[in-house]
Amino acid sequence: MAESVLKLPNEAAAPKENRLGLKALDYQGGKSTLCAGCGHDAVSNQIVRAFYEMNVKPEKVAKFSGIGCSSKTPAYFLGRAHGFNSVHGRMPAVATGAMLANQTLVSIGVSGDGDTASIGLGQFMHLVRRNIPMIYIIENNGVYGLTKGQFSATADEGSKLKTGVINDLPPMDLCALAVELGCGFVARGYAGDPKQMVNILKAAIAHDGLAVIDVISPCVTFNNHDGSTKGYAYSKEHDELLHQIGFVQSYEQIEIDYEPGTMREVTLHDGSRLLLKKLEEDYDPSNAVQALQRSHKAIDDGAMLTGLIYLRPEKKSFLTLLNMTDKPLWSLNEAETRPPKEALDQIMRELM
Amino acid sequence: MSDSMTATAVLDKPAGEPVSQPVTGGGSKINDCTIHVATVNGSGSQSSNTVLMRSIFQMGVPVSGKNMFPSNIAGLPTWFTIRANKDGWIARKKEVDIMICMNAATAREDVMALQPGAVCIYDAPLNCKGMRDDVTFFEVPFAKLAGELSQDSRLRKLLTNMIYVGIVAERLGIERDEIVNAITKQFKGKQKAIDPNVAAIDKGMAYALENLPAQHRWRIERMNATAGKIIIDGNAAAAIGAMFGGVTVVTWYPITPSSSLCESLIDYMKEHRIGPDGKATFAIVQAEDELAAMGMVLGAGWAGARSLTSTSGPGISLMAEFAGLGYFAELPGVIWDIQRVGPSTGLPTRTAQGDILEVHYLSHGDTQHIALIPCSVSECFDFAGEALDLAEMFQTPIFVLSDLDLGMNNHMSDPFVYPTKPYRRGKVLSAEQLEELGGKWGRYLDVDGDGIPYRTLPGTDHLMASYFTRGSGHDTHARYSEKPSDYKATVDRLAKKFQTAKQFVPQPVIDRRPNATIGLIAYGTTDIALEESRYQLRNEHGVETSYLRLRALPFTDDVKAFVEDHERVYVVEQNRDGQMGDLLRLEVGDIQHKLRKILHYTGLPCDARSITDSLLQMEKDGTRVIKIGLGAEAVTQTIGED
Repeated sequence: MAESVLKLPNEAAAPKENRLGLKALDYQGGKSTLCAGCGHDAVSNQIVRAFYEMNVKPEKVAKFSGIGCSSKTPAYFLGRAHGFNSVHGRMPAVATGAMLANQTLVSIGVSGDGDTASIGLGQFMHLVRRNIPMIYIIENNGVYGLTKGQFSATADEGSKLKTGVINDLPPMDLCALAVELGCGFVARGYAGDPKQMVNILKAAIAHDGLAVIDVISPCVTFNNHDGSTKGYAYSKEHDELLHQIGFVQSYEQIEIDYEPGTMREVTLHDGSRLLLKKLEEDYDPSNAVQALQRSHKAIDDGAMLTGLIYLRPEKKSFLTLLNMTDKPLWSLNEAETRPPKEALDQIMRELM
Repeated sequence: MSDSMTATAVLDKPAGEPVSQPVTGGGSKINDCTIHVATVNGSGSQSSNTVLMRSIFQMGVPVSGKNMFPSNIAGLPTWFTIRANKDGWIARKKEVDIMICMNAATAREDVMALQPGAVCIYDAPLNCKGMRDDVTFFEVPFAKLAGELSQDSRLRKLLTNMIYVGIVAERLGIERDEIVNAITKQFKGKQKAIDPNVAAIDKGMAYALENLPAQHRWRIERMNATAGKIIIDGNAAAAIGAMFGGVTVVTWYPITPSSSLCESLIDYMKEHRIGPDGKATFAIVQAEDELAAMGMVLGAGWAGARSLTSTSGPGISLMAEFAGLGYFAELPGVIWDIQRVGPSTGLPTRTAQGDILEVHYLSHGDTQHIALIPCSVSECFDFAGEALDLAEMFQTPIFVLSDLDLGMNNHMSDPFVYPTKPYRRGKVLSAEQLEELGGKWGRYLDVDGDGIPYRTLPGTDHLMASYFTRGSGHDTHARYSEKPSDYKATVDRLAKKFQTAKQFVPQPVIDRRPNATIGLIAYGTTDIALEESRYQLRNEHGVETSYLRLRALPFTDDVKAFVEDHERVYVVEQNRDGQMGDLLRLEVGDIQHKLRKILHYTGLPCDARSITDSLLQMEKDGTRVIKIGLGAEAVTQTIGED
């Protein structure tokens, strides 16, 4: 099987400090209370690494989640950022409100397949439709972990619970759904492939708009057995790469030689570059129809499609459409938000 | 909630048998009448009804306008009631003096509900004149008159409405100049719209002069009781108040009767809240449902914005989960509840005060919310800013309980007073303050002993600023905790915070009369009818009453003192079970036997005469609860509503 990540020339060893003078330790959170080997912890580790390497000041980040095992994880990364563990399936609304109040926040939400695909499906879809600038991660393991192993709506047809119960219903593909709704950044990663994951996360941080990342993140306690289609063994075997991913920071001077027609290069909002090297097929992530076709084929094949599924970096975010003043709304004072007495007098005169 | 009071003697008042009688002299009644316009919804009568109401207002006569409409876009019966009263009593009145019958479907019902001596103007094909012999009928061939004005069928329909305004005006003595002024205002000075409408007025006036017999019983004469006053609905008043109160994030989901609050706000904000850079100092978002609207409000409040949403009972139900999170995680936000008739879809276009308990205890667990209760459009304006302050001061959802009658109907008021006090933003620690504290602070520590902790906002540039917000158990430093001692300390502090709120919420308005043994307690729009009822009791029956008008939950200490100081206290409200009465019983404890309930819950605004009759009967026979009956009110029940 091919490497999921593009080997870049002259790649320097990871520095001890980032460009803000912060260490990776400054991006750590509290100690995880999830089961040993949980895919979610692997994702948290890559979030720490991506924010560190992308030089994002942790105090500028706001972390959001709904309810479930996945939604506990914002307590386990970026301890210097404010976090908000909200209610089941309603994190999109809370994050939207916070972004309206302060559009300078760098926003990341962590949800699960129960939190997003079932109780929170409506809010998820409207978050996508509005294109709120934030990273929205679904830690997808096909089961409800915190309530002890019931199937979720992303469970594959025919997959089996530990108790022997078979899932009869087709899975919801949240990436395909996000593409259908016009999301500007849709990717799928796998908790067992940290290198691919961190590249996807870095690109998501660089993107201006909603970035939906579905991460297959095995539940070691309730869905990692024979007959499971979201466990480590099955995932590793069925991982189907769309391309090799490389990420180059805006300030990095890296030139890559490649044969014509083998590489797609996309410049992101902050000037960084996303490199997608062709594997067996020529996948064009700017083509929504191809993205959907490929997603449906993967379901039919029982494959786990990973990589950057869809990218439309130029799509305008909701905050841009609202034409809000540059100063965050929360910080506006009386002089800025209370119209003068003449305004009230005029309104009153019109009502006389 | 069980009601031991009703166990004593529940008496549903029989329909239409008043205990007291209104004072009615012979001859003319000047500046004291109720005009009832019966039309079909979707016929465009709103503009002409507003013009009629405004022209009376501009004659200096106190007036109110209430729209009784179906939950429907076109084709069902709708009524508009205008009450003019020289003494300023402009609550809904049951008795109709002048009826304008334009709807075949309800014509008979409408005529039968009139009291003897009333005037009925009707569209000729309805042939009402044979229906009764104790009513004065004026037949008008509206179709013919409108046909003489325009060939356009749509315009003819609209002008028909303006013709009846002309006829009523001529018969009552409303000055033509004031009608023209009202039309000019209604159509914002657009001459193209003004001209045909004025022509229709003239057509109606000329027809009345030439063809209809004179009537002298009901007259409108110029007086000077409205100079400098405004007319506005409560939803628009709340919107203006929120704008001047510094709201920045507004979220909403359309629902009758609250939609016009946020829709007005959009209009006002676009005009007055665009900064010098051409950019908005606000964000208004139409959410996908009320759950999302509430989540956005709390998210915005968490991040430091002054945020609000507006809804009605069904939306409040959907906000319940978030309301509990807001209470427990201590998140600011303002929720306007423009109450309508429930349960379930209920009567979406009718008024009630039925969400008191729902709002007060909204969500699971030991939840208690602060609620403000405006009774007038000026209080809608004031409380809008007040609620934004209280939300930030108390770091909790603040509810404002308005209702359809206040929110959507026209009310007279003095102009609103420009707020000059700075916003109260509550206990928010900045990066500089954190530095002074050496980074030592706890999100849920009760530093000041008032139950209100300090908070920081996301994005605060300090190493120690962050904390983790959660609806699950937490300790004083916002760390996850399931310890019994931590949980109890948290909810006990929240209870203390609620006690602190008593000093800061709008205090009740108390009118104590010397020697009055009867006390009255009411809130919200019931006040409009109750003050008139007190006048009736005093002037017609020599019964003096003291009155306490509640303006907020939690109750302040003077509420219990008021009950203690009176022998019998009547709680008057617009719901079936007497919800506020029940809260008051819990509040006053061992003297709850003093409380009695007068309840009005037909979907129509409460009227004074019903309260007066009920109270007199209860004084006479000791009845403890009266659920006001229907009688003549049946006229405004609509059929076929979904």
